[in-house]
Amino acid sequence: MEKSNLNADTIRIDSVKFHWSNKNDFKIYVPEFNVARGEKVLLLGESGSGKTTLLSLICGFLNPISGDIFLNDEPINNLSARKKDQYRCDNIGIIFQQFNLLPYAKVIDNILLPLYFSKKRVENIKDQKETAANICKSLRLPDEVLNMQASKLSVGQQQRVAVARALIGNPSLIIADEPTSALDKNAQSIFLDLMFSQISESRSTLLMVSHDESLSQRFDRVINLDDILKEGD
Amino acid sequence: MLLKLTFASLYARLLTVSMTVFAISLSLMLYLSVEKLRTSAYTSFTDTISQTDLILGSRTSSIQLLLYSVFRVGNATNNITWESYEEIMNKDEVEWSVPISLGDSHKGFRVMGTNLDFFKRYKYRGGQLIEISEGNYFDDLYDVVIGAAVAEKLKYNIGKSIIVSHGIKSFTDHDDQPFKVSGILEKTGTPIDNTVIVSLEAIEAIHVDWSSGAKIPGQETPIEEIRNMDLSAKNITAAFIGVKSKLTIFKLQRWINEYPEEALTSILPGVALHELWRIIGIVENLLLGISIVVIFTTLIGMAAIIFSSLNERRREMAIWRAMGASPNIVIGILMLEAFIISFLSTLISSILLYILLNILQPWIDDTYGILINIELLSLKDLLIFILFIISAMLVSLIPAIRAYWFSINDGMTIKI
Repeated sequence: MEKSNLNADTIRIDSVKFHWSNKNDFKIYVPEFNVARGEKVLLLGESGSGKTTLLSLICGFLNPISGDIFLNDEPINNLSARKKDQYRCDNIGIIFQQFNLLPYAKVIDNILLPLYFSKKRVENIKDQKETAANICKSLRLPDEVLNMQASKLSVGQQQRVAVARALIGNPSLIIADEPTSALDKNAQSIFLDLMFSQISESRSTLLMVSHDESLSQRFDRVINLDDILKEGD
Repeated sequence: MLLKLTFASLYARLLTVSMTVFAISLSLMLYLSVEKLRTSAYTSFTDTISQTDLILGSRTSSIQLLLYSVFRVGNATNNITWESYEEIMNKDEVEWSVPISLGDSHKGFRVMGTNLDFFKRYKYRGGQLIEISEGNYFDDLYDVVIGAAVAEKLKYNIGKSIIVSHGIKSFTDHDDQPFKVSGILEKTGTPIDNTVIVSLEAIEAIHVDWSSGAKIPGQETPIEEIRNMDLSAKNITAAFIGVKSKLTIFKLQRWINEYPEEALTSILPGVALHELWRIIGIVENLLLGISIVVIFTTLIGMAAIIFSSLNERRREMAIWRAMGASPNIVIGILMLEAFIISFLSTLISSILLYILLNILQPWIDDTYGILINIELLSLKDLLIFILFIISAMLVSLIPAIRAYWFSINDGMTIKI
């Protein structure tokens, strides 16, 4: 079922509570948090502040104890585990801090991996290899890189491959967890330039988490994690 | 895609994986070779005599009769008179029979008296006849045909003069009547290889001056005189019998066992062999036990190896999950790995076994008289392989389920 409401939020969180059952007393409570379609949002927060937990909730890896998480107006916390996995690969591109790729696989196989699990994303593109090559070209990755083993690439190149993988098949939401933390300043800014131009082109929503405030000016909106996380019981 | 990436992943860990595969291959090969040795020993054992319907002897247990008549182990309790033998031989049911006479030896090898029918009738390993490899069957009274192992161990050639000793372990020789090696038999892998074969008449001849198992003092009949004597056998130790119709075997057996003139026993060789194997089969069970432990160890070893690689692969699992792979796929990847590893191992172990058997076969045949039949893969081996692969995948479920929990709990959190 496609939701056609253009004003719909990509992410909408409503009174979500979560705590780890086995770990100390860490808990988070998010009364309200929305990200509009096409918006680029930066979440600022120190490490250990619950950034990754929040992203895991949004990606459907974790289930909130109470409250609702809507992605494109669909309440994903009500989905079965299998449907959640399917929803994730259909709609979300994920970029980790580092070591994003299967090191033993070729770059091209890494990029095409999400398509293996998502029919929906396959339908969005004509020729898989050509699309992958085009994205790589826009990300200024040399052609020969496609057939190299992922582990042979520099960290900066690996992160750009991760962007290509997240973007292939145009998922509606890109989630990036400190994707630049392993890069030096110069590489960081090149990487972000490329990533932003690609995301703008695909009109995806971006939710990026970082502790680096200097990145703020690139985003439509900057949110301090502390502002949306409330201590609750 | 999944298969391709699993191969790539295994290839990236080439050293560990190949060592694992090699270790598993070796244990599988060990299992297969033990199994092979076990079945070959059994076949060799049951192949000692074939197509003989009954073995006739004096009243004794079936295993004892089998042991002394076929395996040349132990002694007969009594002889059979020629008259009784003749009466049985003339029964309608009997198609052929071969008498044998035991009791003497040569340098630790048993001497067996028989007639030339022995070489026409006695069969081993599915109906094979005993062939002569050098020289001829006995022709003269003092001719002797020796088994392949006798010739090899004593380094005897055709024409060699030998002395037969009285009894199995004695210092009394029949040194007044030397024999001449007239023929050497082909290797058979049966106790025939260790037997010295003479004619029944020769057995009578060397005992001319003997009475009740002892030499008559002072009496020494010259050889020329002996040659002119009537040397037809008065006693035999046992006989191999073939019947015209298999349906009459039990009737004949009962008739022999109830023979009123003399206490006799007749046995079915196949049944007696089976009984005997059940006694010495403890060794067989031991080998089987070892084989099973080896396989078990191998499987645990493989699970341990998958387990130990699991921690360093948590990141990989998280990537799979982020790409949309369900936890079931994570399990599937590990099972697929176990399948590839165990499948490769079965292939390599078969090749190793084939090479090993080719190297060891002549030696085992020489030393133990067990002929190992080298064939590529029997249906049973294939079944074992399939069972092994299935067990390997089942065992790998243990680490796979752990990976499943990792991947559910880790989610976005990537642990290194």
